[in-house]
Amino acid sequence: MIELGTQSDIKLINEDGLRIDGRKFNELRPIRIEVGVLNRADGSAYIEWGGNKVLVAVYGPREAFPKHTQNPSRAIINARYNMAAFSVDERKRPGPDRRAVEISKVIGEALECAVFTEQFPRTSIDVYIEVLQADAGTRIAGLTAASVALVDAGIPMKDLVVGCASGKIDGKVVLDLNKEEDNFGQADLPMAIIPRTQEIVLLQMDGNMTRDELEEAVELSKKAAMYISDLQKEALLAKYKASESEKEGERSE
Amino acid sequence: MYLDMERKIVLPGEEINLEGMKQGNGIYHENGKYYSYQMGVLQTYNNYANIIPLSGKYYPVRNDRIIGKVIDIAPSFWIMDIRGPYPGFLHINDTPWKNLDQDLNKILGIGDTVFLKVNEITESRQIWLSLKDAGLRKLEGGHIVMVQPTKVSRIIGKAGSMVNTIKEMTGVKIQLGQNGVVWLDGSADKVMAVKKILKYIEKEAHTSGLTDRVKKILEENKGD
Repeated sequence: MIELGTQSDIKLINEDGLRIDGRKFNELRPIRIEVGVLNRADGSAYIEWGGNKVLVAVYGPREAFPKHTQNPSRAIINARYNMAAFSVDERKRPGPDRRAVEISKVIGEALECAVFTEQFPRTSIDVYIEVLQADAGTRIAGLTAASVALVDAGIPMKDLVVGCASGKIDGKVVLDLNKEEDNFGQADLPMAIIPRTQEIVLLQMDGNMTRDELEEAVELSKKAAMYISDLQKEALLAKYKASESEKEGERSE
Repeated sequence: MYLDMERKIVLPGEEINLEGMKQGNGIYHENGKYYSYQMGVLQTYNNYANIIPLSGKYYPVRNDRIIGKVIDIAPSFWIMDIRGPYPGFLHINDTPWKNLDQDLNKILGIGDTVFLKVNEITESRQIWLSLKDAGLRKLEGGHIVMVQPTKVSRIIGKAGSMVNTIKEMTGVKIQLGQNGVVWLDGSADKVMAVKKILKYIEKEAHTSGLTDRVKKILEENKGD
């Protein structure tokens, strides 16, 4: 594993200012969100974000078990981020590791900011995030899909939570790092916001940035997050539009 | 009751213009503005703006008639799964049976299905159920179909028009629980047909003119 910020002769940005996958500095990878992909879960979503493929299932609110985890004044959000053994090049040893525990914690806390947990005392809302294929930025992809799945489950929320990462490669601040940029760049900054209030609910940094660069990265992510938020809404509405278009089909038959 | 209104789907965080109406279900306010907190259909009723959710669990309301399943037995009450966030409790005193110092298990066993009503919801969200009312009983035989609790009012229809249409046209006995559990009894092929219709209503719940469409489908299938 190459440490972040390690000097290497790999050029991540070419003379035309384009990145190795041909994107501009402020360009996102293609994103596709689908809602209600699982029948047994109360709510579900699937997201493809560049090379990332993440499946999310939501259950609840339901009685929290074990009983000592219950909070008499509000619901607890139980997020579990899990990477499939086949999600990365080298087989990932299954089961929660230090990294997965950390990501589960920060995702759960980010969602807690948006959910009206006080409406359901003593219950738990379980969010299962399964990464099927990873290509940098999985926590943010998982979180973005998780908030869509929560809405699909009918859980009361202030707003959708939406995430986006930016980082620093070849000394320049860019949006939405892919795997190579993440490995050979100087910094990675995943961030999540509540679009309506612009409140930041998740902010982490791996690597080094100056204060100005950090501010630039935050602005870049915020702008992108607003766009992704529209994709989330489109995906949710598409679930109900689909049935209407099927109806049209039935009529024409 | 809401069937003829315009159906606009709103998402969480979407601003709601109350236009002089009162704040109803599914709406919260922050800094003097009103927002939706659920995905649902915005409708007005009795000068209240409400969001009728498109999905979600069953949230018990007093006097709701629901179908529950026994999941555990305590010394003097049964613990029932009512498809909500909390279990329901049915005390022996709220049933027509007298506890003659006999095992509760002999009256209702684990897995038994009962048509009952919500008697009381305490402050700590304990849900007490009752069997003491007309029509409430243990359900024997038949089939159980699960639908989304939020779609039950659509299955009932305006003053029961939808469910009565289905009953009349198929001859299947239907017991509807507000919690989205439907009990059906009749010949196997008719029950399967009703099951299909229920799933269709569930999927098309947010569209209008549903009762007529269901009628048409039932008429078409009658010949089969």
